[in-house]
Amino acid sequence: MVAVRNTIRFLLGNDLVEIDGIDPTRTLLDWLRIDRRLTGTKEGCAEGDCGACTVLVGRIENGALRYRPVNACIRFVSTLDACHVLTVEHLKTLDGALHPVQQAMVDHHGSQCGFCTPGFVMSLYQVWRDETAPDADRIERALQGNLCRCTGYEPIIKAGLAMGSGDRSADRWLAGQSDIEAKLHDLADGVRIEIEGDGRRLIQPASVDDLAEVYAAHPGATIVAGATDIGLWVTKGMAKLDPVVFVAHLDDLAQISVDDTGITLGAGVTYEDGWPALAKVFPDISELMHRLGGEQVRAMGTIGGNIANGSPIGDTPPPLIALGATVTLRHGIERRTLSLEDFFIEYGKQDRKPGEFVESIFVPRLPDNAHFRVYKISKRFEEDISAVCGAFRVDVEDGKVTNARIAFGGMAGTPHRAKGTEVALTGAAWDTASIDKAVAALAEDYSPLTDWRASATYRVRSAEGLLRRFFLETTAASSTRLVRERRLAHV
Amino acid sequence: MYSEARTTALKITGGVHEKRAHDSAHKHVAGEAVYIDDIVEPTGTVHVYLGLSEAAHADIATMNLEPVKAAPGVICVLTAGDVPGVNDVAPTGQADDPVFAEKRVMFYGQPMFAVVAETREQARHAAAKAEVTYSKHDALIDIPDDSSNADIVVTPLKLERGEVDNALEKAPRRLKGRMAIGGQDHFYLEGQIAFAIPGEDDDVLVYSSTQHPSEVQHMVGHVLGIPSNAVTVEIRRMGGAFGGKETQSNLFACVAALAAKTTGRAAKLRPDRDDDMVATGKRHDFVVDYDIGFDDDGKIHGVDMIYAGRCGFSADLSGPVTDRALFHMDNCYYLPAARAITRPVRTNTVSNTAYRGFGGPQGMVGGERLIEEVAYATGLDPLEVRKRNFYGDAPRNVTPYHQTVEDNIIARIVDELETSSDYAARREAIRSFNADSPVLKRGIALTPVKFGISFTATWYNQAGALVHVYQDGSVHLNHGGTEMGQGLYVKVAQVVAEAFQIDAEMVKITATTTAKVPNTSATAASSGTDLNGMAAKNACDQIKARLVDFAVEKHGVPAEQVVFLPNRVRVGNQEFAFPDFIKDAYMARVQLSAAGFYKTPKIHWDRDAGRGRPFYYFAYGAAASEVTIDTLTGEYQVERVDILHDVGRSINDAIDRGQVEGGFIQGMGWLTTEELWWDAEGRLRTHAPSTYKIPLASDRPKVFNVDLVDWSSNIEPTIHRSKAVGEPPFMLAISVLHALSDAVASVADHKICPRLDPPATPEAVLDAVYRLRAEAGS
Repeated sequence: MVAVRNTIRFLLGNDLVEIDGIDPTRTLLDWLRIDRRLTGTKEGCAEGDCGACTVLVGRIENGALRYRPVNACIRFVSTLDACHVLTVEHLKTLDGALHPVQQAMVDHHGSQCGFCTPGFVMSLYQVWRDETAPDADRIERALQGNLCRCTGYEPIIKAGLAMGSGDRSADRWLAGQSDIEAKLHDLADGVRIEIEGDGRRLIQPASVDDLAEVYAAHPGATIVAGATDIGLWVTKGMAKLDPVVFVAHLDDLAQISVDDTGITLGAGVTYEDGWPALAKVFPDISELMHRLGGEQVRAMGTIGGNIANGSPIGDTPPPLIALGATVTLRHGIERRTLSLEDFFIEYGKQDRKPGEFVESIFVPRLPDNAHFRVYKISKRFEEDISAVCGAFRVDVEDGKVTNARIAFGGMAGTPHRAKGTEVALTGAAWDTASIDKAVAALAEDYSPLTDWRASATYRVRSAEGLLRRFFLETTAASSTRLVRERRLAHV
Repeated sequence: MYSEARTTALKITGGVHEKRAHDSAHKHVAGEAVYIDDIVEPTGTVHVYLGLSEAAHADIATMNLEPVKAAPGVICVLTAGDVPGVNDVAPTGQADDPVFAEKRVMFYGQPMFAVVAETREQARHAAAKAEVTYSKHDALIDIPDDSSNADIVVTPLKLERGEVDNALEKAPRRLKGRMAIGGQDHFYLEGQIAFAIPGEDDDVLVYSSTQHPSEVQHMVGHVLGIPSNAVTVEIRRMGGAFGGKETQSNLFACVAALAAKTTGRAAKLRPDRDDDMVATGKRHDFVVDYDIGFDDDGKIHGVDMIYAGRCGFSADLSGPVTDRALFHMDNCYYLPAARAITRPVRTNTVSNTAYRGFGGPQGMVGGERLIEEVAYATGLDPLEVRKRNFYGDAPRNVTPYHQTVEDNIIARIVDELETSSDYAARREAIRSFNADSPVLKRGIALTPVKFGISFTATWYNQAGALVHVYQDGSVHLNHGGTEMGQGLYVKVAQVVAEAFQIDAEMVKITATTTAKVPNTSATAASSGTDLNGMAAKNACDQIKARLVDFAVEKHGVPAEQVVFLPNRVRVGNQEFAFPDFIKDAYMARVQLSAAGFYKTPKIHWDRDAGRGRPFYYFAYGAAASEVTIDTLTGEYQVERVDILHDVGRSINDAIDRGQVEGGFIQGMGWLTTEELWWDAEGRLRTHAPSTYKIPLASDRPKVFNVDLVDWSSNIEPTIHRSKAVGEPPFMLAISVLHALSDAVASVADHKICPRLDPPATPEAVLDAVYRLRAEAGS
């Protein structure tokens, strides 16, 4: 019998907070602003897109304290057990002086209306903690989840470039880190947590095995990892989830292992950790990594969540399907593995039985003769949901395609392979004439929808354009891609 | 406090023409700046949430609110029948803008009722429980293809000068076309909010996130059926507004006040972002029809234009917004013969409203299309066409509204920018890049801006201020302008510091409130500093005059020997620290408080005749933008932007630069990725940042060179010869649209005008690429 605790305990600044009985989906933002009257953290959108509510959350991960930027509007208080929460109010020094990050924002006129500013300060603070001399590229990436409507961002970037020169000893949290770490170690007692509040129930399993047991016993429960999607069910859909099973704290669900055959990602691996690991094995995936979500979403959202929620416009499935990934599902002590493409049955339906959850994903290595690319099309270049996400993989031997796997998101009710296009290419010469035929086949593979992200026509045209780009990039010298990130494997 | 050192300083800190941080910068970065939702709530504060319609045009067949009332925490539900005064918040007197729709709903998302509950969450959950059935009517969502017989919300404006038909007929070249220009959501980071505290008798204090406290005051009085003197409206700062809180805050304030007076408890109303975007007005989108006559030298002979604007279900500010579109169709160009009319079309969509530029940007985008058409028709560089048509000396200096342009500096600005941006050489380099680049294509454009400054509603061009000097020499400043991030407060404080010659730290900037300065105008039309700066200076001048009289009398010196030096006053050959001098004046019973006032001179406007001088002066600027597009996908990025912008003599270079940069990026968003998308039911589907895409940090130009014109001084005696800066830079972003167009044109060898309509989303760019390739047969 696993030990059970009925309270949540975490640190808010230096204060120990202990909560028993809380609405399982009460947001950290509301709790900070209403219950604690810490009103520096702002609500701009309540859906994790604008970053005005950014705070830092530290947790002992795999034995070491690590902070991540978090959208407090879609983070549930009850997921904060054994965490350390820092808000904009915690940055000033004890004698009231501004933190170097704050001072740089003042010096460079980084605020106008000021409403987004606390969120920017916290996102910059995360960078300041991680790096002493971040470049503009790094700062832009860190700010992909922060919207400012007034400044045009230039002064904020300048502040980011200048903040590193500030006095690091002025930061009381760096100075007191070992103390915080020790306290968090004490709080992380590894037990299961069960709490009831607002007539609803939450369970935090102690381990993956415990999760399997809990979920098998409560197959109607909602599993929540990063809450970057489910958070919106609550803040926008006003859902009253019951019971809720939280898994973001499970280190054993967030392991990454790489060997000669490929890479295995636990379902709880965040984008922030998973994509770089994938990019080491498949360098061409890196561009997509920087166009998916903002830093806060990448810090919270998980690869497993992106698959398990079955969205037709998630960015993880297309490249992993093209790469031939498999997914392992678990129910109790039973496991089964199936190809990722087969997991998606139709819109809103996946091959997942009640009580069964996504435990891990395996992505096999590519042979040396394979070409692989993944491209995203969205209205805004970054932090936007894909209109189309196209992933392409062909194995070419003696100028002929021996194997083709092409998958698209945004073109159908599920992430879906372009079977006709693959047939057109397989066995064909890897040349312009074959691509022309493949493009014609691609138009037959999908009948996409028109919506606010793109018209059906544009989806088809841009999908064709991506296929052509793939060919050009693997064969021609001319540049074919807008380069925002300077770390693409090709171009 | 005044230190010994400061009273011997050579110069004050924070005077005019000095770079100075925003007055709230320290509080912004520390999370200590108080916005309305941050104000400590009195015990028992209730929360209000709006119930919105789910049909674009329908009679409300049945509305069962019992489940709402029965929901947990609900105190009461308010509908039209609960309004004690008039159920209307129309800002310009048309009585067409109900607080709560009563029998008929006119757009999807229109408020029908409000729930009052113990918590916001309870109110919000309860509001969703209403059971409403609709009897639907045909809904007009878009501007119709033929808008000539469309229902309109206000009388159209017509501008006409010269023999237009004759000019068009006799022009060597002539062409016609149509352009669609998209709207824009304000996306202020702080959404709409109001917080009302009931007082004794009829009194109510309303904290409203508004650009127009006086209007909110009048509206609350109107809706509650109480006099204006019972209503106090206060706003310290907004988290952005951009025009979206000029009239759109009225409804929220009135509902909060109604809930407060109904329950006797403090009441707060803050909609969710999605509801805010669905239920509040936006920038008007337009369909522009143009007919232009010109010659082979690229000179315009005559134009005839129709600007049809989607106004939404009510008039709101659509009259003056569509008017201002016409006032800016000429941009910097002399039109020898010009006719233009507006069609303010009524649609079953949210009522569109003010947004930075107030129709001017749409007018200018339409006008710039004419330049582009002429350039592609003649084969000239668009910049050359622009320069050939610039306003010049008489008679080429009269606008279509018969105002003479007296302060024209655009030619010099464009010349300087052309040189500093290396436009010509880069244009050549781009052409050769494109010749060798089959997929990626670059484009460049340099576009000018001339923007008219003043409210075209002439009576709005007035302002008041209240200045107190206390016995310790510290100063309390209040004026009718509101702070939305633009730095108005700090600029006016600098004016006051300069007037008294005291450090700006001694000037306390206080929240805008109708109780201190009455009958104010909206902080809008870029006018904040022009109007309130002058009113504050007037107040200071009154006090200073009394102080001089006092010194003359007490010390027996002539008035010219009383001189305000930094933090001190010289009287004859004596010097007094400012606080000492003030204390003496107080002891001599000198009134140390004054109400200042200002009204803009020279302006007048006869709308029926389409003539007058609506603008006191013009602000100018120019921008050169370079972009790269991907012709396989339509994606693009902005490589470099060079800006030279005119703010006259800048009061605060840092603040003004922030307006220029920020305005540019916001304008760029409007013309590129910000797309409003309604479905067939009239439901706005881009109603949150997940679906409505404003620019990110990484969207800003890779190279961004921004300069203020350092030789400009307003020819009119404005406050310290500065110029308004809020709106004009927004239109510098037109250069991005035209650079994208230039890049698209390369796929057809620059022979065909791309007619790239904004917003130029990647989809729109790819569509234009396909269209041009098809037309060129390539």
